Amino acid sequence: MSKNTGANRFRKVDVDQFNEDNFQDELIEDGQDLGPNEGEVASLLNQNKHIDALKAALSNPPVATKNQAVKDQAAQLVLRVLLAFKSSDVEKGVNSLDSTTLDILMKYIYRGFETPSEGSSAQLLTWHEKVFAKGGLGSIVRVLTDRKSV
Amino acid sequence: MPEVHSFGIEPISCHAWNKDRSQLAISPNNHEVHIYTQNGGRWDKSHVLSEHAQHVTGIDWAPESNRIVTCGVDRNAYVWTLIDGKWKPTLVILRINRAATCVRWSPLGNKFAVGSGARILSVCYFEGEYDWWVSKHIKKPIRSTVSSIDWHPNNVLLACGSSDFKARVFSGYVKEVDDKPAATAWGKKMTMGNLMAEFSNGGGGWVHSVSFSASGDKLSWVGHDSSVSVVNANNQEKIATVKCAFLPFTSCLWVTENSLVVAGHDCCPMLFTHDDSDTLTFIHKLDVAKEKEGGSMSAMKRFQTLDKRATTDDSSSDLNTQHQNTVTNISIHTGTKERCSKFTTSGTDGKVIIWDFKSLESSIAGLKVA
Repeated sequence: MSKNTGANRFRKVDVDQFNEDNFQDELIEDGQDLGPNEGEVASLLNQNKHIDALKAALSNPPVATKNQAVKDQAAQLVLRVLLAFKSSDVEKGVNSLDSTTLDILMKYIYRGFETPSEGSSAQLLTWHEKVFAKGGLGSIVRVLTDRKSV
Repeated sequence: MPEVHSFGIEPISCHAWNKDRSQLAISPNNHEVHIYTQNGGRWDKSHVLSEHAQHVTGIDWAPESNRIVTCGVDRNAYVWTLIDGKWKPTLVILRINRAATCVRWSPLGNKFAVGSGARILSVCYFEGEYDWWVSKHIKKPIRSTVSSIDWHPNNVLLACGSSDFKARVFSGYVKEVDDKPAATAWGKKMTMGNLMAEFSNGGGGWVHSVSFSASGDKLSWVGHDSSVSVVNANNQEKIATVKCAFLPFTSCLWVTENSLVVAGHDCCPMLFTHDDSDTLTFIHKLDVAKEKEGGSMSAMKRFQTLDKRATTDDSSSDLNTQHQNTVTNISIHTGTKERCSKFTTSGTDGKVIIWDFKSLESSIAGLKVA
C-alpha cells in the first residue's frame, strides 16, 4: 500500500471551478443591497408600531450581495422584530403584507430556524404557521428554489 | 365526469395519441412503449415497442404521417413506422452524450426536436439521399439540461425550457426541408440555432414545461418555484407571472388563445387566463372533489379499524383528486390549441384521464373558458 504521506491539502481544492461545464449563476454580485434601515426599524419598535417595523425590516432584503455581514445583520434585525410581536398579533402582521413581502418573510423565518436562540424557534413556528396559511406550499417551495437567498 | 383509464400501478412516463384517438402509446416507466387500442370500452395492448436499452423519456405521434418518435435515457431516438401491422424502428443518431429528455414532431411532421441532458437541442430531419435521419445541434447558450420543448405553428421556431432557469425561443430552421419562413412577432432573422428570445424564470426554479399558444404569439412556462408565466411576443418586456400557493407544476398547455391548463405535483389540473392586457390570473381547479358523504360505519368496520389503526377515523389515504399522484403530461385530446374541447393528463399513478370542458363548465359553477 502507498505511504500515507499525511498530505491532504488536495482535499481542499474546489474541483468544480476547473470543470468547463460548471454552471455560473448570473447574479449581479455585490449589488448595492444595504439591507433594511436599522435605525428606522429600531425607532418604530420603540414606538410599539410593530407592523410598520415589520414592513421596514422586510424592505431591501440583501439578496444580491455576497457580503455575509450585511446578510447576517439584516437577519438579526428581522428576527428582533418577529420576536417583538405578541403571539396574538402575528396574524395581523401577516395580513398586512403583500405576497412578495410574504415570500421574503418566509425566507427570513427559515433563516431564523437555522440559528436558534432561547425561545426563538417557538415564536418562529407561530409565524411560520400564519405565513403558511396565507402563502401556502408555494411560499415554502420558493424559499427552497430561489437562487437569491437571504 | 372525467374519463379515467388505469394502466397498472407503474407511473406513466409519457403518452401520445394517434390522429383519431383510437390508439394510445404510453411508456410504463421502463424501456418499452406500449400501444393500446380502443376496443369497446376497453383498452387492448396491441403492440409493444421494445428497442430502447433504457427508460423511454418521450413519445410523440405525428397525426398525418402516423409515425411515432421515441427518445430515451440510452441517448437514442427511434422513428417507428407501421409496416404490415408491425412497428419498425429506425435509429436516429443524435450525437449526444447524455440522456434525451423530451421529443416533439414539428407541426408539419417533417422534422422533430429532441432535448437532452447534454445541454443540446437536436433538430432532426430525414435526408432522402442517404435514407437516414440527420440531427443538427443547437448548443449556445443553453447551460443546463433541456427539460421540455414545443414547436411554433410556423414549423420553424422552437421553444425550449431548461434547468438553467430559462425559457428560450430558438430557430429550428433546416434549409433542406423548410421554405424560408415569413417574419413572426418573435423576429425576422431565423438562421438555424438563432436565439430569438430568452426569458428568465425570475425567482429561480427549473423550467419544467413550455407551450406556444395556437397563434404562436404567446409563450407560457411553468417553473419549480410554483410559478406560471406567460409572455406575449408583441410585448416581450412584460412577462406576466403568477406565484402560486400550490405545489410546483410540471406541465402546461394552451387550450384557447387566452386560456392555459397547468398540472403538477398537486395532482390536479388548473385553469389560468391570460387576457389582452397581459394579465395572468388563476381561475379554478378543474378537479372538484365530490363531497364524500359522512356515511356511518358499521360496528364491525369500526372495530376493525380500531384494531388495525388504533383509531376509528374513517379517513382513507386516498387523495380527493382524480389523480392519486403527480401529473406529468398534458396533451390535447379533442380540438386544437385554439379551441380544445377535451384534454388528457397522465401521471405517476399509472392513470390517463380525459377531461371534457363541456362537463367541467357545467359542474363547476361560474367556470368559463375564455
